[in-house]
Amino acid sequence: MQFLSYLISGISLGSVYALIALGYTMVYGIAKMLNFAHGDIIMIGSYVIFFAFGSFGMNPILSVILSMVVCTILGVTIERVAYRPLREAPSLAVLITAIGVSYLLQQVAQLLWSANPKSFQSIVTGIGLKPLVLFDGQLTISAEAIVTIIACVIIMVALTAFVNHTVPGHAMLAVSEDRGAAQLMGVNVNGTIALTFAIGSALAAVAGALLCSSYPTLSPTTGAMPGIKAFVAAVFGGIGSIPGAFLGGVLLGVIENLSKAYISTQLSDAIVFLVLIVVLVVKPTGLLGKKINVKV
Amino acid sequence: MPLSRLKHMKKTTRSNLITFAIVIVFYLVVQILSGAGVTSRSFEGQLVPICAYVMLAISLNLTVGFLGELSLGHAGFMSVGAFSGVLLWTVLGDSVPVYVALPLAFIVGGVVAGIFGVIVGVPVLRLSGDYLAIVTLAFGEIIKNIINACYLGIDENGLHFSMTDATSLGMEPDGKMLINGAMGITGIQKASTFTIGIVLVLITLIVILNMINSRTGRAVMAIRDNEIAAQSVGINLTRYKLTAFVMSAVFAGFAGVLYGLNYSSLVASRFDYNTSIQILVFVVLGGIGSIRGSIIAAALLTVLPEVLRGLQDYRMLIYAIVLIVVMIFNQSPQIVAWRKRIVARFTGKKDEKKGVA
Repeated sequence: MQFLSYLISGISLGSVYALIALGYTMVYGIAKMLNFAHGDIIMIGSYVIFFAFGSFGMNPILSVILSMVVCTILGVTIERVAYRPLREAPSLAVLITAIGVSYLLQQVAQLLWSANPKSFQSIVTGIGLKPLVLFDGQLTISAEAIVTIIACVIIMVALTAFVNHTVPGHAMLAVSEDRGAAQLMGVNVNGTIALTFAIGSALAAVAGALLCSSYPTLSPTTGAMPGIKAFVAAVFGGIGSIPGAFLGGVLLGVIENLSKAYISTQLSDAIVFLVLIVVLVVKPTGLLGKKINVKV
Repeated sequence: MPLSRLKHMKKTTRSNLITFAIVIVFYLVVQILSGAGVTSRSFEGQLVPICAYVMLAISLNLTVGFLGELSLGHAGFMSVGAFSGVLLWTVLGDSVPVYVALPLAFIVGGVVAGIFGVIVGVPVLRLSGDYLAIVTLAFGEIIKNIINACYLGIDENGLHFSMTDATSLGMEPDGKMLINGAMGITGIQKASTFTIGIVLVLITLIVILNMINSRTGRAVMAIRDNEIAAQSVGINLTRYKLTAFVMSAVFAGFAGVLYGLNYSSLVASRFDYNTSIQILVFVVLGGIGSIRGSIIAAALLTVLPEVLRGLQDYRMLIYAIVLIVVMIFNQSPQIVAWRKRIVARFTGKKDEKKGVA
């Protein structure tokens, strides 16, 4: 029973990683850049919910939607101002710029809302959901875990359908395959990349809401570690692949929670990263990544 | 006639000499200024970290600029070097004279970091690009977590080691904690001075500049420019990649010892992913593949937050904005072209004026 409860909370944590990893993986697939500021967008989104729902008593669902709108605007603005001028620059230059943006968001948050952690009010209990009690009280599943897992599955299915069955989705696939050729075929490359950032940032807002509902402390660095973990999850599953992000995220969450429960709390992060290294050494493009042969 | 010899020297040799001159002049100027009592305490406190960061930037530049692989775990090697070197230094304590213990601490720090370089490098260098970057990042985090969970103590029965907590060591009451988990090593006798730092920087420069201009260095750069072409002319990829990677790790280890011996306590969380990123920022802002750029960028950017201290809360904000603006200004193709146009117009006008006159 205990194992089951650890497993479920692991899957729930993993679902949050998966949502964040989607943002990484889509942006990487299309713009070939590591968006290090992604974790900090989660943090900004969580602050929006904190104030809208916690301080002003807004409807929890409306406040999540507000946060999604804010994050979308933020993500698209960052792409337009900081990343688009560097579209043709070496990838390392874009990486450093992304790091700069990440520092910037953290510092702005710190100046506006101070570095003191705030206690986040769960939006899930705000809706009025109760934890699920099974087997005569032997197993209790928190409402947060259920909502997180369901939300993640729905988003994943919707996103896969969007990418595979709509015109903008096909444009995204085309740009990720070959940007130059897509442009020649009349695909609006800049628009498609902006759309990718918009979707990734909106998902980051959802991830922030779910993450802070389960782990209710919010500070300017809240997004940093989940951001790195999600990035690891994206690589784990094969960066650029949507099902890969899901698989990687869930596996990572489960490994992290089980090693916390059964091996060592202090070493759980080390174990997660060690598994990543082993996977990459055995399968260098991640679990579901495509192998591309280099031709001379 | 030294001046004419300077003129006929090979371009690389001259460039290297300028780099050495910059370091030595910096050292002399600082010594004169501090002798005159002009420099502030906070600036003097920054001198050893500057040397450490300069060494880190140079050594990371070997991986990023010359090997062409992105490493996000450089602080991991620094951490391993710092902990092993400082540990030896505290264990040896007063039983060995300083002039033996200190070089020994540096050598051990460098060697241990080098061993980790091999352990990490062998599997990691099979990967490429962003996958390699993420694995180095993971490695840095693993090192941090493991050292944070390490408990090492010494008493009359010998060494005690545990990965859970201090009480499980089962030490005698008079035993001494060497590494106390997340608290790290405390009560270190500070030994780093600016002079030691500069000497180490010069050693780093001599070794790495010579390596870059040697057969090994050219092989490494050939691999960076085109792996397949390099392989087809018979360059052993694994060997040269590993050489560069391990060398970079060794010097990061030296820098770690220098850094560790500058403070009275040492904690692993100081060498986290943010530190790796910071070193990478030095390398990229200084110019990838430019050793001199790395030195200048590392020195300036280490001092910058101190200079901006008056701005208090805003200094990191300014740092972030400077980072973004410099990257866009230097790297965006449109802006680079625009800058060139401006410069061309400016110099063009100058030429016209000359013509008129």
